[in-house]
Order: sequence, then C-alpha cells, then structure tokens
Amino acid sequence: MTHYLTVKNVSKSFGKFQALQNTSFEVQEGELVCILGPSGCGKTTLLRVIAGLEEQNSGQIIQQGREITNLPPDQRDFGIVFQSYALFPNLSVKDNITFGLKTRKQSNEIIEQRLNELLSLIGLESHKNKYPSQLSGGEQQRVALARALAPSPGLLLLDEPLSALDAKVRQFLRSEIKNLQKKLGVTTVMVTHDQEEALSMADRIILMNKGVIEQIDTPQDLYSKPHTSFAADFIGKTNLFKATKNTEHSLMMFGQNFECHQLLTQNELMVAVRPEDIKITDQITKNNTLSGVVKEIEFLGSYSIGLIEVSHNNQRKSLICHLPLDNNARNDLKKNSLVNILLSPQSLKIVNSDLQI
Amino acid sequence: MKKSRDDYLTIFFIAIAATYILATLALPMYAILSKSIENKEGLFIGLSNYKYYFSNPSLFYSIYNSLFVSIITTIISVTLSFMFAYALTRSCMRAKPFFKTMAMIPILLPSLLAGIALIYLFGNQGVFKALLMGRSIYGPIGIIIAEVFYTFPHALLIIITALSIADARLYEAATVLRSSPIRTFFTVTIPSAKYGLMSACFVVFTLVITDFGIPKVIGGQYNVLAIDVYKQVIGQQNFEMGAVVSVVLIIPALLAFIVDRIVQKKQISILTARSVVYEPKKNKTFDLMMFLYCSLITLFILTMVGMCLYASLIKFWPYNLSFSLKNYHFDLMDGGGWDSYYNSIKMASYTAFFGTIIVFTSAYFIEKARTIKTARIMMHLLSMMPMAIPGMVLGLAYIFFFNNPNNPFNFIYGTMAILVICTITHFYTVSHLTAITALKQIDYEFESVSSSLKQPFYKMFFSVTVPISLPVIFEIGIYFFVNAMTTVSAVVFIYGPKTTLASVAVLNMDDAGDIAPAAAMGMMIFYTNAFVRISYVIITKKVLVKFQQWRTK
Repeated sequence: MTHYLTVKNVSKSFGKFQALQNTSFEVQEGELVCILGPSGCGKTTLLRVIAGLEEQNSGQIIQQGREITNLPPDQRDFGIVFQSYALFPNLSVKDNITFGLKTRKQSNEIIEQRLNELLSLIGLESHKNKYPSQLSGGEQQRVALARALAPSPGLLLLDEPLSALDAKVRQFLRSEIKNLQKKLGVTTVMVTHDQEEALSMADRIILMNKGVIEQIDTPQDLYSKPHTSFAADFIGKTNLFKATKNTEHSLMMFGQNFECHQLLTQNELMVAVRPEDIKITDQITKNNTLSGVVKEIEFLGSYSIGLIEVSHNNQRKSLICHLPLDNNARNDLKKNSLVNILLSPQSLKIVNSDLQI
Repeated sequence: MKKSRDDYLTIFFIAIAATYILATLALPMYAILSKSIENKEGLFIGLSNYKYYFSNPSLFYSIYNSLFVSIITTIISVTLSFMFAYALTRSCMRAKPFFKTMAMIPILLPSLLAGIALIYLFGNQGVFKALLMGRSIYGPIGIIIAEVFYTFPHALLIIITALSIADARLYEAATVLRSSPIRTFFTVTIPSAKYGLMSACFVVFTLVITDFGIPKVIGGQYNVLAIDVYKQVIGQQNFEMGAVVSVVLIIPALLAFIVDRIVQKKQISILTARSVVYEPKKNKTFDLMMFLYCSLITLFILTMVGMCLYASLIKFWPYNLSFSLKNYHFDLMDGGGWDSYYNSIKMASYTAFFGTIIVFTSAYFIEKARTIKTARIMMHLLSMMPMAIPGMVLGLAYIFFFNNPNNPFNFIYGTMAILVICTITHFYTVSHLTAITALKQIDYEFESVSSSLKQPFYKMFFSVTVPISLPVIFEIGIYFFVNAMTTVSAVVFIYGPKTTLASVAVLNMDDAGDIAPAAAMGMMIFYTNAFVRISYVIITKKVLVKFQQWRTK
C-alpha cells in the first residue's frame, strides 16, 4: 500500500517548550486518522505543521510522493476546518462555500454545480442565502466542512471540529462526518481530545502525550492492547499496579501469584487492568484472585462502579471495577462488605511506564 | 519555509509602511534632536544650547508652572470625570445618553475656544467676573479651568471603560459578606478601576503639559514650557532654542507615556471571560444626587459653548448686544478668512481619508501577517510613539526635516500635504490602537482558511476583514477628521500662506484682539464637527445597518 502522507521525525519547539519531539507516522490514502491526546500534548501543533501554518524545526513531510516540508500553506493541497469554524460572518453560506472556487478560472455554471453538490452533501440546500449567525452550531460546522471540501483537496484536516457543539449534535455529526469521509474517500487527519470521538470515528488513532507519539493503532487495539501506562490510562478507565516477574508467564502482585498470558521479559512490571475485566467471584482459587473491601458503590444506570480496597503488607490500594446490575442487587454487596475478585490471565496487560505508583 | 506570494506582498507592504513611519516620525525626531545641539550656522556645539537654556532662571518658572498647572488640572479633571463616569455606570439616574453626549462636546471644539469662553465669562468685562472676587482669570486659574473643560471628555471615556468592566460577582460577594457600601467602594470599585484611573491621569497630564493653545489665549503673563517653544520659534525665530525646549517638553510626556503603557498591560490581565456584567440597582437619593451632579457639569459645558455662540452672534460685547453675523465675515480680518475654514475642511477630509487607509492597512499587516514577526513588532512600537510626542514638537521637527533643501521631499513644505501628513502622524497612535483592538477580535484562522483555499490575502482583506470592520474604520475616520479640525499644536509651525487653517485662525484672530471673530471661527469648527458626528450616527443607524445584515440573528 502507498502512504498518502508521511511525517518523518518532525520536531517543533516554542522557545524552551518542546511541542513535538521526533514525531513520525504515515497515513494511507482514504484513511481517517485521529490525533488524540490531552490538551497541550502537541496535537494541534502537529496538524498546523502538516498544513504549513506552523514551521517545524526539523523533519520532513511528504504528501503523495511530493515533499511539502517547506512549502507555504497555499502551495499545499489540503482543506481545513478549525475548532472555531472561522466562517466569514459577512458572507452567506453560498459565498463561504464558493470562496475557494472563484478565482480558479471556472465558469459560473461549474461553480454553481459544485455549490449545489456540496449543499446537498451537507443537507443545507435551503440555507444557501443565510448568514453564519443565522445557523445553528451544527449547521455552521457543516458549512465549514463544505467550504474546506469545495476545491476537492486531497487531504482534509479537522482541528477539534466537534468540540464547540452540544453533546447530542456532536454524536450525530460524528457518524455524519465519518460517512461523508468514507463516501468521498478523502484522506483525513483529525485532531481531538475526546477519546470517544476518536474511538468511534477513526480508522487509526495516533495517541500523543507531551509532544511524543505514545502509540499508533486501531481503536480496538489501542483499547485492548495499550503499550504504555499513559495509553491504558487515557483511553477508558484503568487500574495500574506495580508487579514483579515470577516466571515467563506469572507475576507477583499484592503478595499473590498471578498467571498472565503475555510473555514477561522485565523484572519490574507495570500491570494495567480494565475495570470491566475485574470479576466478582465466590470461589477463591490459588492464583489470580484477591480479597478486598467494598469502599464505595456508584450507581451509573446500566451498571455500577465499585471501589474495592485491597491491602497487603500495610499498603492499601483501591481498584475500580464494574459491577453488573444483578451483582449490585445482591444483598451482600454493600459498603464495607468483603468480596473476592478475579483478575483473569487475559485481563492483565503489561505496559511500559514512567509512572511511579 | 519558502515564502508564498502573500508573504512577499506582506514584506513589501510592511517595508512601505516602515519607510513611511520612519520618514514621517523617526527622521523628523532625529532632525529636532540634532538641531538642539547645533548653533545657528548648523555647526555641532554639543550641549551648549542646553547649558545656555538651563542657566536662564525663567526656565525654572516655566517648568514649575507647567507642572503646577498639569498636576492641578489632572487632579480636578480626573476627580470630576470619575464622578461623572460613576453616575453613568453605577446609578440608575435618568437621561444617561443625554449626559454622555453633552460630556463629549469639548472634544469637538478647538481647545482655544475654552479659553475664549472664559474670557467672556470671567474676563475683564466678563459676565461672572464678580465670582472671582478680584482675582484675575488671566493666569493659572483660567488655564486650569479651561484645561479641565478640554480634558474632561478624554478622562471620562477612559474611566467609563474602566468602570464598565466591573464584575458583578465581586459586588454580590461583598454584599453577602455584609460589607458597607463605603467599604465596598474602596475595596472593590476603586481597585478594579485603578488602572483606568491611572491611565486617565497620564492622558490628562500629557494633554495639559503639551497644550499651548489655552495658555496662549488665557495665560496672560503666566509662562509654561509649551508657550516657550512657541515664543522661541514664532516670536524670536530661534529654532535651535525651540528644539531645546521641545526636547525638554518631550521628557515628561514620554515618561507619562511609558508608565501608562506599563499600566495598560496590567489592565488587560484583570479581565476574565467569566466576569458577569454589573447592573446598578435603583436608589432614589443616590440617583437624584448623581443626576444633579451631571446636570451641573452639563450646565457648565453648555455655558462655555453657549457663551461662545452668543459672543459670536452679537455686535460688540458688552456694549452692543444686538444680533449680527458680522463676526462671521472672516475675510475682513487676520487669519486667512473663510479660506482658512475651507482649507481646514479639506485638510481634515484628506487626513480622515488617507489616515484611515494608512492606519487600518498597516494595523492589518502588523496584526495578521504570519511572516517577519520581528519587523511587525518594531512597527507596532513605532506606531505607539506619536502619542508621546507633543504636537508642537512634531510640527517643529517637520520644519527641520522637510525644510531642509537636501530632503527630496522638500517640495511638500508649505503645502497641504505636509499638514495632512503631520496631522496623521500626530493622531496615529490612538487610531492604530483602535484598529488593532478591532482586528484582534476577528478570528485569526480567517487568514489560514483563506490560504488553505489558495486565495490571496487581499481577497480576504477586501471581502471579509474590511466589511466586518466598517464601523471601526468609520470611527477612525471621524476621529481623524474631528481632531484635524481642532488641532492647533501640530500645525501652527507648518501652515503656509496658502494653507491657513481655521483652528490657527482662531489663535491669530485672538492674538490680534479680534476675540469675537475668533469665537465665531471656533464655533464654525464646532458646527462642522457636530454635523459630522451627527451624520455619522444617522449613517450608522440607517445605512450601515443595510451592509451589516449579517450581524442580526
């Protein structure tokens, strides 16, 4: 497969602040890639470097075999939608969308045709003479998208395109944008801090932290096979424990032996366990079980979250685990009751970590 | 990164703007500095001019007088305008828009007219002469009253802004904590308006210490620094000494300017997006007191203007009080006649037109371009400089710079062009700041979107930035026009026989003893400015609304 976009060892600093450190990744043609990370992780800077709106200190960017590293934005091939949409407030929907079409020596009919195509694509045919302030947030967002797509760019860049919207509209537009992107087959790089957005929309996710790419994976793999404690902790909820290697497939944690599917290589380990992988059990087996005390139960509708305290050698550690509703209904699961929990061999994920726990 | 076509265009325009500002500000200022260390033959003589000047005891009187008048005026003007602004923002009195409009009247008048009004009111044949109980209006008393009148709206505008950014949550917290109103005033109101008050003080101080029109008209024998410059240049044709006094005069203005900039920077940081706007609550006694206070100030302003209007319309004060338009027959007097008035209109129109284009375009490049950052920051700093330079000093600097036969632009000396350029430069900073503030409110991603759509920035500029900024562009234009009509200090040294101006005519007619015609000419300036202002209000209401449909939801 050919890489549509290649980013090689790009670094960027603002004064003493290192926003990007040797970031490298590829995007395939037609793919939707999300750059995900907490605020200040450098994700927007990365997008702006790809657009040429920010100049990298070093590194290389190649789009469709063409080196674009040092080209100004207007000589690159991309369309962009900003968080603020940056719609021109004094121009109508029509004039906003055709802004990028007018000087390309295209006849009025072709422009008109393209405009109608785009309007029907975003479902705003009847709004073409309205001004941005007369549209809802979601409609404005779609106009910004249509404006970016109007000149048929090879690459679409989206900078937090949904974060200014209400939760409901946001959910609707997620699938809307995703479908549109698949329909047009336009290669897309989207920046977001919202993990749900990234998980639900992306073909692949580039997870960033402090200017460094932590992991690049499909949403499923990123969730189930996090490489680092940051990845495990940032995506979904996770329990992180320190452990030591016993054998190649077993480890010591809370003074207990745990079998583990992964091959263990290091002696000092960091183990991540998802809350939903922790099972309440009646049986105490030799391996992979712990007993603890229920400290809190938080009801969340379809399930509850339990906070279970495990102690070993006077050290206490709280685990978050999901309690299915039928468990919750059970009389014995109350605050301060004793429970046994099972951490199955599959549920233990060994991650790299610079965290001290 | 490679430069795009837009980047080259930007560099080109910034280079032009930089050349312009260097030629109209930096080089003339250099000329005046070098002149102050030369003798009459143009030879370098080090600081001897300064030594000579500082050995003259009358100088110290001037410095003392300048400081005295400026400080007292600052205290009175800021106090009065603070109370006025407080009434406008923190009371529920009636007729607030009316009071605010009336308070702005002095801006539309040449400052000289305040002096002339005082002569009619308290002069030797004044209406209320008895109120002074034997003291003379000619001197510090007259100067201070007139300067208070002249600086009042300037201070008021700044303090209104400072008071209207109050955060209601602080007041609610104070009320909940059972703070007494007086304690709240000193712990909440004053601290949050502190920077605005300081800024107002600096502005008033600078206006007064650099003003020479008022001391000229009503100062009598009371010498101030600004008068010294005028006397050295016009009276004694001693340009070198004029340059020396100018440099001395710049120092306090420059200091006030620098401190003000530092203070202004702090002001921004206390504003937060989460602040809740304060809404005053009704309080009958307080509202009534504020109403009476504002009425009193308004009465004073209207009396000053009304006196000039009356004086300009009667035959011969105080002996023949029948109405006549003879004072408006300017062609029969000194000062250039009606031509001066037409010249002023021309000059003000050119200044408004070109000034607005220059200021707004430069501000756009400074604020929105993405290349040559250092040059843009330098340009911004240069654009801030004119505020620190007294008009008269700038005018004198223009003589030295443009009257030099070696200057290729020597030909503009004595023409309308030099008046327009000098006036634009003199009022550059405020317009520049207005433009920058407005541009800052426009989304910075517009330029990015435009270049991602491969459109040149000027298409963006003309089809989006300019239409969005129309109200501000008009505001800047009017500011230039009104100030170009009223300014005396910036143009008094550089007008030529064919380019006499109305504001200077007021000065010259007053000098020649034709006080009533001087008042009449001053009133002509007032009518014109008031007409322009009112037309602007009507235009914004009726016409601009049509072009601004997109603002409505």
